[in-house]
Amino acid sequence: MPVRIISTRERVTAFLEGEIDHHSAADIRMDIDSALMQYKPNLLKLDYGDVTFMDSSGIGLIMGRYRLVQSFGGKVLVTNLSPQIYKIMQLAGLEKIAKISKREDVNSADNK
Amino acid sequence: MQIINEFRMTVDSKSINEGFSRAAVAAFVAQLDPTLDEISDIKMAVSEAVTNCIVHAYPTSVGKIYIYAAILDGGTVKVSIRDKGCGIMDVRQAMEPLFTTLGGERAGLGFAVMESFTDKISVRSVLGKGTTVTLYKKINGRAAV
Ligand SMILES: Nc1ncnc2c1ncn2[C@@H]1O[C@H](COP(=O)(O)OP(=O)(O)OP(=O)(O)O)[C@@H](O)[C@H]1O
Ligand SMILES: [Mg+2]
Repeated sequence: MPVRIISTRERVTAFLEGEIDHHSAADIRMDIDSALMQYKPNLLKLDYGDVTFMDSSGIGLIMGRYRLVQSFGGKVLVTNLSPQIYKIMQLAGLEKIAKISKREDVNSADNK
Repeated sequence: MQIINEFRMTVDSKSINEGFSRAAVAAFVAQLDPTLDEISDIKMAVSEAVTNCIVHAYPTSVGKIYIYAAILDGGTVKVSIRDKGCGIMDVRQAMEPLFTTLGGERAGLGFAVMESFTDKISVRSVLGKGTTVTLYKKINGRAAV
């Protein structure tokens, strides 16, 4: 499963995993959206701690979730990014729509 | 520039082949002993070009994607990704950041990513005939770090 989701009425947290591309994005989108529709949370937190690859399909994925969360007044938080994925999100200007942050300890995350 | 080593493969335009294609090119480039960042840059750029063939070039059918990679004299990698799909009407416009003909879940950033994660990109396209994207990236390798 490419995504594990923990939901409360306040917040939906999605732990993404592996490689995010056009192929895997479809399933991830479906799982996150069903949680969002059920809980309509104030906050969607996307945790990238276990993501090893992402391309522009992953940018589209975040922009699409942002539109949905915004439609009921919520915010998006993207955490635990590798330096490479942080770079592509900056290139896309994602910090304008979501709070994005890098992994705290890059070395231990890469060596596990 | 002289070709040191080259490889070709053809894959169906099925989304399951996105991961396979970028991994295959990355494995070929491994002979230059690239850094993790260099490998990751190449995978990202190849993934963008291959996804575009699947999503845009052959929107309603399964076609072939022709991938060619070469190691050039001096440690530059050349990768070309070609399709025989619908072609691009205006390449300059297509390459502008945020331009997309699909909208929805597409960000319009594929070409911007290819440009910023490689050294050079060239795009040739003929409407109704297909598109070839060629990427170049110099690999300095782990020895240089
Ligand atoms: N191989 C191709 N065949 C036909 N059209 C293409 C091809 N590659 C790109 N295009 C056209 O160029 C546009 C821009 O491509 P680009 O990859 O930059 O963005 P996108 O694919 O629309 O979105 P994203 O890559 O962010 O998901 C596409 O919307 C499409 O119209
Ligand atoms: Mg694209």
